Amino acid sequence: MRRQLEGSRAIAETVARCRPGVIPAYPITPQTHIVEALGTMVRKGTLTSCRFLTVESEFAAMSAAIGASLTGSRVYTATSSQGLLYMTEAVFNAAGLGAPIVMTVANRAIGAPINIWNDQSDSMALRDSGWIQLHAPDNQAAADLHVLAFRLAEELSVPVMVCVDGFVLTHAFEPIDVPEQEIVDAVLPPYRPRQVLDPDAPVTIGAMVGPDAFTEVKYLADHALRSAPAVFERIAAEFADAVGAPQRRACCVQDYSTTGADTVVVALGSVTGTLRDVVDSVEGVGVLTVTMYRPFPAEQVRAALAGARRIVVLERALASGAGGIVTSDVRSALAGLDVPVHTVIAGLGGRPIGAASLRELLTRPGLGDVTFLDLREDVIDRELGREAVHETDRETAYETDREPVAERDGQPAIEFDREAAGEFDRELDSQPALEPAGEFDREPAGEPAGA
Amino acid sequence: MPAQSVKFYQVGSRAVGNRLLDAELRTEQSSADRRNSITSGHRACQGCGEALGARYVLDTAARVTGGRLVTVNATGCLEVFSTPYPESAWQVPWLHSLFANAASVASGVAAALEAQGRTDIRVLAQGGDGGTVDIGFACLSGMFERGDDVLFVCYDNEAYMNTGVQRSGATPAYARTATTEAVGPIPGSRPGQGKDLPRIAMAHEIPYVATATVAELRDLEAKVEKAMSMRGPRYLHVLVPCPLGWGSAPAETVRLARLAQRSGLFPVFEAEHGEVTSVLPIRDRIPVEEYLRPQRRYAHLFNDPPRTDLIERIQQIADRNVARYHLNPHEAPRETPLEISHEEGA
Amino acid sequence: MDTPFAITLGPGSSSVNRTGTWRTERPVYVDRLPPCNQACPAGENVQGWLYTAEEGDYQTAWRQLVAANPFPAVMGRVCYHPCETACNRAQLDHAVGINSVEEFLGDEAIRRGWVLPTPAPDTGKRVLVVGAGPSGLSAAYQLCMLGHHVEIRDSAARPGGMMRYAIPTFRLPRDVLDAEIDRLLALGIDFRPNTPVTDLTAEHGFDAVFLAVGAQLAHRAYVPAAQSARILDALELLGDTAAGGRPLLGRTVAVYGGGNTAMDAARTARRLGADEAIIVYRRTRERMPANDIEVTDALEEGIRMKWLSTVKHADVGVLTIERMELDEKGVPQPTGELEELRADALVLALGQDVDHTLVDTLPGVRVEGGVVQVDGHMMTGYPGVFAGGDMVPSARSVTVAIGHGAAAARNIDAWLRGTVATPEPEREVATFERLNTWYYSDAPETVRPRLDAARRVSDFAEVTGRLDVDTALYEARRCMSCGNCFGCDNCYGVCPDNAIVKVRTGHGYAIDLDYCKGCALCVTECPAGAIDMIPEPD
Repeated sequence: MRRQLEGSRAIAETVARCRPGVIPAYPITPQTHIVEALGTMVRKGTLTSCRFLTVESEFAAMSAAIGASLTGSRVYTATSSQGLLYMTEAVFNAAGLGAPIVMTVANRAIGAPINIWNDQSDSMALRDSGWIQLHAPDNQAAADLHVLAFRLAEELSVPVMVCVDGFVLTHAFEPIDVPEQEIVDAVLPPYRPRQVLDPDAPVTIGAMVGPDAFTEVKYLADHALRSAPAVFERIAAEFADAVGAPQRRACCVQDYSTTGADTVVVALGSVTGTLRDVVDSVEGVGVLTVTMYRPFPAEQVRAALAGARRIVVLERALASGAGGIVTSDVRSALAGLDVPVHTVIAGLGGRPIGAASLRELLTRPGLGDVTFLDLREDVIDRELGREAVHETDRETAYETDREPVAERDGQPAIEFDREAAGEFDRELDSQPALEPAGEFDREPAGEPAGA
Repeated sequence: MPAQSVKFYQVGSRAVGNRLLDAELRTEQSSADRRNSITSGHRACQGCGEALGARYVLDTAARVTGGRLVTVNATGCLEVFSTPYPESAWQVPWLHSLFANAASVASGVAAALEAQGRTDIRVLAQGGDGGTVDIGFACLSGMFERGDDVLFVCYDNEAYMNTGVQRSGATPAYARTATTEAVGPIPGSRPGQGKDLPRIAMAHEIPYVATATVAELRDLEAKVEKAMSMRGPRYLHVLVPCPLGWGSAPAETVRLARLAQRSGLFPVFEAEHGEVTSVLPIRDRIPVEEYLRPQRRYAHLFNDPPRTDLIERIQQIADRNVARYHLNPHEAPRETPLEISHEEGA
Repeated sequence: MDTPFAITLGPGSSSVNRTGTWRTERPVYVDRLPPCNQACPAGENVQGWLYTAEEGDYQTAWRQLVAANPFPAVMGRVCYHPCETACNRAQLDHAVGINSVEEFLGDEAIRRGWVLPTPAPDTGKRVLVVGAGPSGLSAAYQLCMLGHHVEIRDSAARPGGMMRYAIPTFRLPRDVLDAEIDRLLALGIDFRPNTPVTDLTAEHGFDAVFLAVGAQLAHRAYVPAAQSARILDALELLGDTAAGGRPLLGRTVAVYGGGNTAMDAARTARRLGADEAIIVYRRTRERMPANDIEVTDALEEGIRMKWLSTVKHADVGVLTIERMELDEKGVPQPTGELEELRADALVLALGQDVDHTLVDTLPGVRVEGGVVQVDGHMMTGYPGVFAGGDMVPSARSVTVAIGHGAAAARNIDAWLRGTVATPEPEREVATFERLNTWYYSDAPETVRPRLDAARRVSDFAEVTGRLDVDTALYEARRCMSCGNCFGCDNCYGVCPDNAIVKVRTGHGYAIDLDYCKGCALCVTECPAGAIDMIPEPD
């Protein structure tokens, strides 16, 4: 039954129906609504047999998650941005120990400068941490993917990150069908850990492994991770059958209008919705939505892009000094094929990705290797000019769109688009602590922000 | 004739065992069927105080819980010497995650057990002083304030020994480490620095805080037993001399722990809900010099001429401990707190 | 569980790693010679029987004790306990009251009627023991235990020698003496009283002889005296008194001499009614041969000491005393300064000599310095005739005599079997420095109760009281078991490598050399110093 729900709420309700045993939580925008909701459910007793642990940091959250998971409990947590980086060491550790934790990453930019709005720099930074990464294109998928994530994690003993664009999805109200309890139970059997701390069968978990076996450990972990696409699609089919909604069957990659398309745009997350709308009105352009980003489903990507003559990878993160992150994966997947792959960096730090800009981009005759969508050229020119002393050395590596943005589409894109950002106005309003800026990195503990 | 009691047992309660005592009054360590929670073949250095301390603690914890015990271990010597693939020395369920997070992992373990309704299984986390007072401190403090049902045991050897003897927040004044060399007018670790974690733990007003040494086995076992009889966060701080880092003979490990207590430099006490409830009195107090001299980490204090000024400063620290905890039954409690000089190197 | 490769390991799997290969030295358990044992003239395994007494098993402790010495109740009263002088505990607080525990065990045995062990089967050999003093009785006991037939002859009416005829009853009640001697003789020893032996060559039917006639002749020093001056020998005084007599001495008695006999004589004089007893001795207190305990007891009982004095002349009621001076060598020299000392009687306690007429007819036997010479096996120059006790060169105490008797028995036994007794292997002494005294509980010694001085001099009641069951246990447990494992489990407990295992044999512990890294913590923490480190064999 579809209900008008905030994305975070839908995720929280779905997670609750997955019957987690332990939820360590630490507040950070824009993930907070999810754990607040879960904490309330535990308090109210609607989520039973669950311990909600208010820890002192994301590092502690992931650490407690590791401990709980290896004690045989199903464990969930959520984070964003700085929080994800703060728990980085433990994120790697969870994967190394094979703890099947499921974590929502409400994608948000990484500071400095500090910025609470959406991009995918955070999860991209941890793409090689050994976790499976799923990216939700919309809130229905976001909810569904959590059920699949637990099943996938536990089947493979590998942790899974479900990446959901912060604010854009987490704070968006949409009609969402939260999977019914019977369906979740049918798809997700009780957790049977691969290894567990148990006085009746004591084992040593987390031994020190030297050069004699470390490579093999890593090989085996990689081998397990690479089985994820096939397992994921099997589980996704099972889930879709259970809910009786074939359109909710998740795939590692999802193509849209790619048949016969000259250009295919590859993207992750919520922007794919906008892209679908755009390509509907632009001839010869298709969209490939990547839902499973790690492991990278190279074969499926290659198959989906085989017919295209031009690939555009739309990225919500930037590998400073290198360019596109997903682009590298796509190029590797297309190795040997003579097809140009262009990178478009868009939507950093919450800048809206407007349909008009995308349409203009995709119809532009020539596209450089790396293009920054809606870059404020006047600002760049001014700032580069200010440092003219070294101007001769300052050849940018990127071919950027040098046209003044303001002249395109006849609208001043340099203005922060309050309307586009309106969906998280509520978030801003609810946070008087926005000033001074330092305080919205972490929400004040114990204050139900936005409640 | 004075009424002599047959309760006199030759070695009383000081030795590990005592064939004259009833079996139920003997230590766990004296038992022929003690568990050896950390068993033979581990790669600790000769005379390792931490290996000894860990066995003392875990054997007792395992006994009083009837073996319903799981352990979490911070990165450090104890973890490294006990679990190099393919050999583990642990006989108890054991989990190592990271250096800083043992307390949080243990919180997660306890939470899972509670969620599963298996609170008969008890959780013990352990780490060295670096993993406790420094890098692991935030996690430990969080575990304390949340009231999680975990006993955290710090095996304090007063520096980062696993990485080659660098200074930690538990390194005492003037001790030489690889990052506080014994050169200059204020050789070794600076005085006035470092953390007193037992007191910080007490400030959390958790149910139980205790200190102990590997030299007072019965005291240590009693504290583990008491700790395991309670619920909630508990903290046990055990002094474990390190022959490598202290520059002492492997055979001196237990003796040095004893001298640390007898000098007053390591007060042995227990506290409940933030208040000291008992102390182990100093049986026969010694000047700090007797404790310092056998350790090469203090060798620079005993050159020609010796640094009597610095030795006196260390003596002041010991005196303050004795006064603060009323450690010496032969010394009247002081009416005013004992001052220690705060001038650098003085 | 399908556990992950390498990250997860099985419990206790480190046992395949034999860390014993790290070792350059290894610990070994040793049995060092405790100083008490080393000091005991009677050869008692003091530490051994205390170990058993610590457990409250007094009967077994007594059995261990009587293996060396059949007179614990006597020795617990009259021994000057060199064991306590040597006791390492004296360096910690006070020596263990070994003597008092010994007395307690001896008295317990009498009270409870514990019997001596059954002698070995009859060997058919016959040994004649001449003299039923402590040495002779000790030898007879040991020989009897070894299965030999023993006949003791003594010129006196009752057995015991000096124990009976010289030691005052306030130090050794005769019922105690009788009980221990009777128990010994009851083993089947043929005792013949009033049977002096005068000619050994006339004796037949014996395979060996042990001579232990003691030194019973009072040493005669020439003291110019008036005819009617009252002068008597200390041995005579003590003998008469022990036999129940009350010799008349007068109100003031001077005792001439500085040995234990002098002390006994002076103390006896007090009990016989002398208001004043004065010891006259030519050297100083420090140089007095009497045991310090005896001197102290005498002083407590009001006996006066006149140091650096000799008796120049004895007259009726008065002595002329010459003051002496010690020369550089500590030898007293006359000064010519004279004074008078009022004394109704003068008791001479100037030492005892051996009556060696018995051996004078025996070819090959040498007498030098008034005493009979024996070889390293206690045999005189006449094959098969052994000698011991006060009649051979010795320190002349009951304890030494008992030791002689036992040693002689070992040698005689070897002789009878046609072999030579092999000496006990030398053992290194358990010195105080080797102990880790931290572990021993603080414990002051238990002082045996004593009669107060006023009460003492009124009759011949025993001066020193006894421990009871509890205090004896306490005192036994004060033993530090120097150089010998006493089962404290320290080694077992302090080994960081669990490389010490408990076993049922030997010392109760064994080193697991597969894992011992050679750290020597067990050595340092052994309270008793009963573990040594030795280099690892190549």
